Amino acid sequence: MTLFLQYLAAGIASGSTFALVATGFVVIYRVTGVINFAQGVFAVLGGFLAYSLLHAGVAHGLAEGVAVLITAAIGLVVGLVALGRRGTPPLASLIVTLGLAIFSYAVVITVWGDLPISYDGLSGLLAIGGVSMQRQYVLIVGAAVVTFLALALFFGRTYLGMALTACSSDQRAARLMGIDVWRMGLLAFAVGGALGGLAGVLLTPLQPVQFDSDVGIAVNGFAAAIFGGLVRPVTAFAGGLVLGVAEAMVAGYYRSSYETAIALAVMLALMLWQASRRGPTEE
Amino acid sequence: MPEGSEPLLEVHDLVVRYGAATALDGVDLAVGRAEMVALVGPNGAGKTTLLDTVSGLVAPAAGRIELRGRLAQVPEGRRLFPEMTVEDNLRLGAWRVRDRRVGPVYELFPHLVELRRRKAGSLSCGEQQMVAVGRALMGQPDLLAVDELSLGLAPQIVDTLAEHLQDLNRRSGMAILLVEQNARLALDICSRAYVIEAGRIALSGPSEQLRSSPEVQAAYLGGAYEE
Repeated sequence: MTLFLQYLAAGIASGSTFALVATGFVVIYRVTGVINFAQGVFAVLGGFLAYSLLHAGVAHGLAEGVAVLITAAIGLVVGLVALGRRGTPPLASLIVTLGLAIFSYAVVITVWGDLPISYDGLSGLLAIGGVSMQRQYVLIVGAAVVTFLALALFFGRTYLGMALTACSSDQRAARLMGIDVWRMGLLAFAVGGALGGLAGVLLTPLQPVQFDSDVGIAVNGFAAAIFGGLVRPVTAFAGGLVLGVAEAMVAGYYRSSYETAIALAVMLALMLWQASRRGPTEE
Repeated sequence: MPEGSEPLLEVHDLVVRYGAATALDGVDLAVGRAEMVALVGPNGAGKTTLLDTVSGLVAPAAGRIELRGRLAQVPEGRRLFPEMTVEDNLRLGAWRVRDRRVGPVYELFPHLVELRRRKAGSLSCGEQQMVAVGRALMGQPDLLAVDELSLGLAPQIVDTLAEHLQDLNRRSGMAILLVEQNARLALDICSRAYVIEAGRIALSGPSEQLRSSPEVQAAYLGGAYEE
């Protein structure tokens, strides 16, 4: 039973990072209609940036915070390139994000090399209900929950957040209000960048990252986002937790090499289920 | 447009194309300050395209638009943000202006006060149309363009909303461009009208004159017009 609870705790922690990445996918998709294939890159860059800042002597907390801000700025740049001119079709933007994700490999290898990096997170164990878990797990879950609540407040209570929500609800109506949907798309990319970066800085102490770690992170995040049909943040968040726990159980009781296969299988099953709910396409 | 009335909106020789299809072909239209003007025509004639072009949503292929003031549009089908409350919908209407006080809208539509915390998607069609008009008014427009006010609404609700628009026009001098398939309603409440068919202005003039036109009577009023 103790083993099960430890796997559960590890799963909720990794699931929380998937949830952050998934929420990034959802925020960008809802506003722009673009599936951002560079979402995993933000996490990788977040990890590498925090690593460099820590090695430069910046204190823990500040280093991670600055790394998240930089990934938000990188998200903005990715949005500028991907959205391009006003009226660029989402499919074209999607392909641009795929190109940028591959381009990021060259950047990461040039700047940091091709070896995996990591850094210390919160050290020590915490015993809750007789189950020992790493303090970093608690930090990850807490940060994810706080971030999610902050996002809910931002989208539901602030004027700017409501404008973003309006863009995701009805772009034509939002444009009639005078809301610049293209600029809101850039803001969504910046938020997506920050969420990916946060996932990266939290995950790197547990799982070393390297230039191509974005694939695994993006696959897990996308699978979680698919839970909510790419449009519902709450369901995507729940999807991340379910996926994290499922993977932790498989890794704990069977083999860790099957983790990604589980994510892909879950994603495929959900896509098939959603396609079947829509029914056959009418000729 | 009446003599001496300062034009708030002038559209000259407007051409709009969607790919190879021409949606508007040399359209001329004007709305003076404090005027109520109708644009009537059948489905697919180009009414909404004209509004969208004036609103800046569609780029014209040729022609000129001069708008000397602020325009707000009540779109066809209302297009509220259904998951947001009535009040949040209204507040978003003020995106272009600093004043986000919803009080004046509640004065115009007191019924919305009790609905202000309700999600817009849960309202009846008539209530949604009130919110849509209120949301457009939050942008403090000089010209209010209403696309299909009567669409899907009971006649009694349409009459009430039409009275509100007339009252607004009389009291505040706000110009109104009413885009309608319901020509009877449009000609009743507007002083001037344009008839658009297949992307061209087919007829224009004072509403009274158009009401007595045999073409308008046959095509839009179901025969002879009765007061």
